[in-house]
Amino acid sequence: MKPKAPESKTHESLIEIKDVDFCYGNAKALDGIDLTVRRNEIVAFIGPSGCGKSTLLRCVNRMNDLVPGARVTRGTIEIEGVEIHSPEVDPVELRRRVGMVFQKSNPFPQTIYENVCYGPKLSGIKDKSELDGIVETALQGAALWDEVKDRLHTSANGLSGGQQQRLCIARSIAVRPEILLMDEPCSALDPLATAKVEELILNLKEEFTIVMVTHNMQQATRVSDRTAFFYMGRLIEFDETATLFTTPSCKETEDYISGRFG
Amino acid sequence: MSASSSKFSTTGRSRTGEPLVWLTAVGLTIGVLLSVGLIGLVMYKGFESFWPARLVVVEVRQEGGENSKVAGYLVQERSKRTLEGLVEEEIQLFRGNRELFGEKFVFLDREAIVSQTEEEDLILVERLEGGNVIGRAKALELGGSETLEASAEGFDEKLDELTERGEELRDELREIEKIKIGENSKRVKELRWLEKKGSSPERAEELAGLLAEYEKLDGQRKELREQLEESTFVVEAMDGRELKIPTGELLHVFAANQVGFFGRLKETIRRAWTFVSTDPREANTEGGVYPAIFGTVVMTLVMSLFVTPFGVMAAIYLREYAKQGPLVKAVRISVNNLAGVPSIVFGVFGLAFFIYFLGGVVDDWFFSNSEEPVYKSGGILWASLTLALLTVPVVIVATEEALASVPRGVREAALACGASKWQAIQRVVLPASLPGILTGVILAMARGAGEVAPLMLVGVVKSAPDLPIDAVAPFVHPERQFMHLGFHIYDLGFQSPDSEAAKPMVFATTLLLISIVVVMNLTAIIIRNRLRKKYAVSSF
Repeated sequence: MKPKAPESKTHESLIEIKDVDFCYGNAKALDGIDLTVRRNEIVAFIGPSGCGKSTLLRCVNRMNDLVPGARVTRGTIEIEGVEIHSPEVDPVELRRRVGMVFQKSNPFPQTIYENVCYGPKLSGIKDKSELDGIVETALQGAALWDEVKDRLHTSANGLSGGQQQRLCIARSIAVRPEILLMDEPCSALDPLATAKVEELILNLKEEFTIVMVTHNMQQATRVSDRTAFFYMGRLIEFDETATLFTTPSCKETEDYISGRFG
Repeated sequence: MSASSSKFSTTGRSRTGEPLVWLTAVGLTIGVLLSVGLIGLVMYKGFESFWPARLVVVEVRQEGGENSKVAGYLVQERSKRTLEGLVEEEIQLFRGNRELFGEKFVFLDREAIVSQTEEEDLILVERLEGGNVIGRAKALELGGSETLEASAEGFDEKLDELTERGEELRDELREIEKIKIGENSKRVKELRWLEKKGSSPERAEELAGLLAEYEKLDGQRKELREQLEESTFVVEAMDGRELKIPTGELLHVFAANQVGFFGRLKETIRRAWTFVSTDPREANTEGGVYPAIFGTVVMTLVMSLFVTPFGVMAAIYLREYAKQGPLVKAVRISVNNLAGVPSIVFGVFGLAFFIYFLGGVVDDWFFSNSEEPVYKSGGILWASLTLALLTVPVVIVATEEALASVPRGVREAALACGASKWQAIQRVVLPASLPGILTGVILAMARGAGEVAPLMLVGVVKSAPDLPIDAVAPFVHPERQFMHLGFHIYDLGFQSPDSEAAKPMVFATTLLLISIVVVMNLTAIIIRNRLRKKYAVSSF
């Protein structure tokens, strides 16, 4: 049974994942995934640990290239109609368009300012005032500006966990990607910091298309437009968030969201 | 209750693991004792060799004659078994005055000693040649027939003045002999070599000019020599014989029995300073070890300049770029094995490859005008390169470990920002692994600074008064042979013509070598800790 995505004319599709199989060595991690993400929406991936949701997320910016033996064995992933594994796609260029925020906040051991302008500097921006502008915009975008504007040139390690995670978001959006992938961005944060990051994600929707993995189903309902449920490397159900959580069409989904397993 | 409490009793004899704890503790204790014992011995003996001993006059009974007196300081007391199986106590005395006695050290039988007194007016005189003199100051013979008796007013001042004057004259003489005459004769040699190939009038003219200048310099040299021997310091030994020391050869006069604790401390510091800051004399058994310190430090630094980039680059390729497989595994094992190859093998390799091959090529290309080999003989550059080769496995292994221990999250974060692999390595991975890399460099330096065997083949010599970096153009002389503290220890302890005199120097040199290694390591550790603080990856 193929999950049916609801039709909508106001959104164009940005990421199209078609019939993707993925293997770590000989172990199959994803099996025949079909999924479409539309521009300026927030899609949440839920599912028990090891179900393949992070793997799929990391396929979208080819982060899995780093893992030895890991590869897409079947199917295509297209962004704006371009297959990302085709030889003319440079993974570095791809990652500039598809940013990523990780589960563990991982600021570089440098100053806050250097962290945020790391990406822009790589793409060749050297002008000081331009960089200043980018840093300010990115930090404001990540709702961190007011807290750190007086200590931009102190070490990022001095920030709290929530601040560090928002700094990582600022660092990602400073590159001006189109798509932002978030791999459990709040799992290491307390409820207050989580609320801040969630609010931030909702604001970012204006500019970016966001795909996030979460273990927190309330978070998925609060933040996402559509939710995909994965189980054992398969996409079980993909629907409007409200529909999926109130009237799931599959039994596994219902069991999972009602807490009967996982 | 009681059953359960006995069951979990912690006082019983069957506590699991307890014997192993003791065993491991014993292992550690033995290790610590050995290190502390070694360092302690070296430190005690090293400091002792600078501490000025009291001078004593020993009266010895002579069979069938008058008692004889000898002045000196006590070196050691020991008991020995004679052929008849009797135990005899004897003392070893340093009496100096080589011209009078022949041997500077003497063993005296305890039985034969009548008295042992510390006399106030005994002095210890250090001089340039012939070893120390011990006796009483008698007079100063100032050029001509003028004589100043030791009891006269202003004697000490005059003596100090002449000692200082002597030092100035020696400096002047060194300047003329080493730098001016040295440069002159070097050029003369060059010109003569060219002359053999074909003569030209300009060259002949320059040669004549140089030779005239040499005559002038030689005249100055003779004049200085005469001035150095103008006045003499007369010292009287215990048996009434006199020793005449030209004041130009006086280094230091020390009245050992007239000073208190602080005076002796001051003398200790002066001797220690002399030791580290002056050139060796008397086949290395006297004077200082400055050239050896300089050689050791320069060689170690040059070595780390070569080994660090080389090792780091190799490790980056091995860990980050090379496709992990059997080949890389084989390379890694080979690198590790390289660290276990006997160091003398590296010495032989350095001699064959660096000196004979590379040195030969360099000489052919750039120094075909020179009669003697320039780079085709042992020198500090080749020694540093040989040691760099010897220590490169240490740096590679440490760098690989450091690179591997950079958290994946940091790498991924950099890549997710649109960094290419090299950009991620350069800007994020390498800084984060710098402390680990520096640990490798520290280990390499410690290993390199203490290595002696390969150096003996590639440039270390017993005596090299010309430093590899000095004021003579072109200032840096990577082709020069050099002295090394490790080799100096070997030379003093086992190759010295006067092993008794060299003994304290061996300990002092060992102490110095250990101190230098410690200082270099501490510096590197401080830098590493600062880096570690700076590049600490947040543990959040």
